[in-house]
Amino acid sequence: MLENKQEQPAVIIEHLTKKFGDFTAVDDISFTVNKGEIFGFLGANGAGKSTTIRMLCGILKPTSGRGIVGGVDISKTPEKVKAFIGYMSQKFSLYDDLTIEENLNFFAGIYGVRNRKEAVKKAIKSADLTGKEKKITGSLPVGWKQRLSLASAVMHGPSILFLDEPTSGVDPITRRKFWETIRKLAEDGTTVFVTTHYMMEAEYCDRLSIMRAGKVIAIGSPNKLKQNNKKDSLEDVFVSLVQKGVDQ
Amino acid sequence: MTNRLKFMLKKELLQTLRDPRMRIVILIMPVFQTLIFGYAVTTDVKKVDTAVVDLANTTETRTITDQFISSGIFIPAYKASYDEAWYSMDQGEIQAMILFNRQGQMQFVTDGSRGLSAGVTAGYAAAILTRNQHPPITVEARAWYNPLLESRNFYVPGVIAMMVMVVTLILSSMAVVREVEIGTMEQIMVTPMKRWEFIVGKLLPFGAIGMVNVLVVTAVAVFWFNIPLQGSLPLLMLGSVLYLMNTLGAGLLISTVSRTQQQAMLSAFFVIFPASLLSGFAFPIANMPKVIRFFTIFNPMRYMMTILRDIFLKGNGLDILWPNYLAMLLLGTALLTTATLRFKKTG
Repeated sequence: MLENKQEQPAVIIEHLTKKFGDFTAVDDISFTVNKGEIFGFLGANGAGKSTTIRMLCGILKPTSGRGIVGGVDISKTPEKVKAFIGYMSQKFSLYDDLTIEENLNFFAGIYGVRNRKEAVKKAIKSADLTGKEKKITGSLPVGWKQRLSLASAVMHGPSILFLDEPTSGVDPITRRKFWETIRKLAEDGTTVFVTTHYMMEAEYCDRLSIMRAGKVIAIGSPNKLKQNNKKDSLEDVFVSLVQKGVDQ
Repeated sequence: MTNRLKFMLKKELLQTLRDPRMRIVILIMPVFQTLIFGYAVTTDVKKVDTAVVDLANTTETRTITDQFISSGIFIPAYKASYDEAWYSMDQGEIQAMILFNRQGQMQFVTDGSRGLSAGVTAGYAAAILTRNQHPPITVEARAWYNPLLESRNFYVPGVIAMMVMVVTLILSSMAVVREVEIGTMEQIMVTPMKRWEFIVGKLLPFGAIGMVNVLVVTAVAVFWFNIPLQGSLPLLMLGSVLYLMNTLGAGLLISTVSRTQQQAMLSAFFVIFPASLLSGFAFPIANMPKVIRFFTIFNPMRYMMTILRDIFLKGNGLDILWPNYLAMLLLGTALLTTATLRFKKTG
């Protein structure tokens, strides 16, 4: 059983669909994500990226189809997923009225992190916030907040990490550091599922999927996508694919 | 207690105590409210400016007027004619009139636009006249439990129920919605935190604030206003705990149907007003029409009001008050259960 699990992909999606009333946000998508892979999720605003991520995190119930995250069925036992995933939403979602240290202590506490003090210290160091532990989170600049969010999301050592536009509103230096951290996490075996609007970031991904109107319209490595579509840059690939949908 | 609950409580406590407005809500507001109700809200009539028009001017009429004046309540203002007296009543300079026509027949008039005190004033007048009749009729009226009929003794214990509802219902209804609004709710939902841990962690601190409010108002009532606490304080506390189940349950329910803090706040007020009006705080439930009386059965504040007044003034125990405790336990359980079921971690 355990040996089997190691060979299993981190995320398996089969015919996953989510409807809100008449509106189909995610329309029958299927793909798999391998362990330790950095999987990029591209698409115009409202293409269904966030909805997919939120289903995989167990906070939104799929209308139909199957999603297996870390061997757990997200329709049947969404709560089980939550112990081993990390999630960082596009909206800053730590407590503004707590200090950096209090925020980390809280999230380490509810995940039941062992050696909490040690883990919090390490998180603060990884976010480059040493010496600022007692600062009220609400007073921090956006870049620092994003670093803190990421540090908080990985403190409990999740095996699958979901990042929903983690670098929106972040300066280029912080963004580069961000991706160094993501690379390192992936090298250590963490599967990273990331959405972004920056094509430069998309180049860092092992594989990409492009979504349009709830459907996955292309999937593959950045190079393969460029070759298949006969374009020199990912941006051209993206624009031509998404544009096609608009023309149709 | 689970570890997660411990961290949730710690977080809530940190946030609550860091907010200076919250410290005001917890300590200053209850004292302020109690003082208002203790001093300003009174239906006792202590002084009535009275116009006196005596067209007969006989020994008899003068004696009656003197009896009114010597009561200390009626402050006379002699007027030459009825018209003059009426005019000053219109102006609001006087609240009552003693009028004697040329035959010596008396008329006593009160200002009915003043509602409650008009009735009380007329009552006083009747008492003075009866007492001095020949042969005298002796009426010895006694008000049990509140011998001096201090309205303060009646209202201040009731303030506890009002106060606790206002504070805990508003706080709890807004607290959960706030987390949804600022987006921290989503972050909590992706953690292994259990639904009940989140709810208990949210509500328990507000419950504690409610209990502090009860103690603060009780202390002000007993030590500042000298309102007797005839019954048992632990029994009062038990009532408060059951009452808090209701206010917090209703608050949580509101927060599950509201999208914004403003919505939650407004809904909370829509609960607070009818609950207070139909609680017997100011208007006796026994005088209400049958249909309305039926609705008060579902009003937890009604039971708390009875418990507070009975414990404070009558010293009643569980032997008499148990139906009120039971009613609050049932209503509270229903509210908390409904709210918890509505509260979902997976949308």
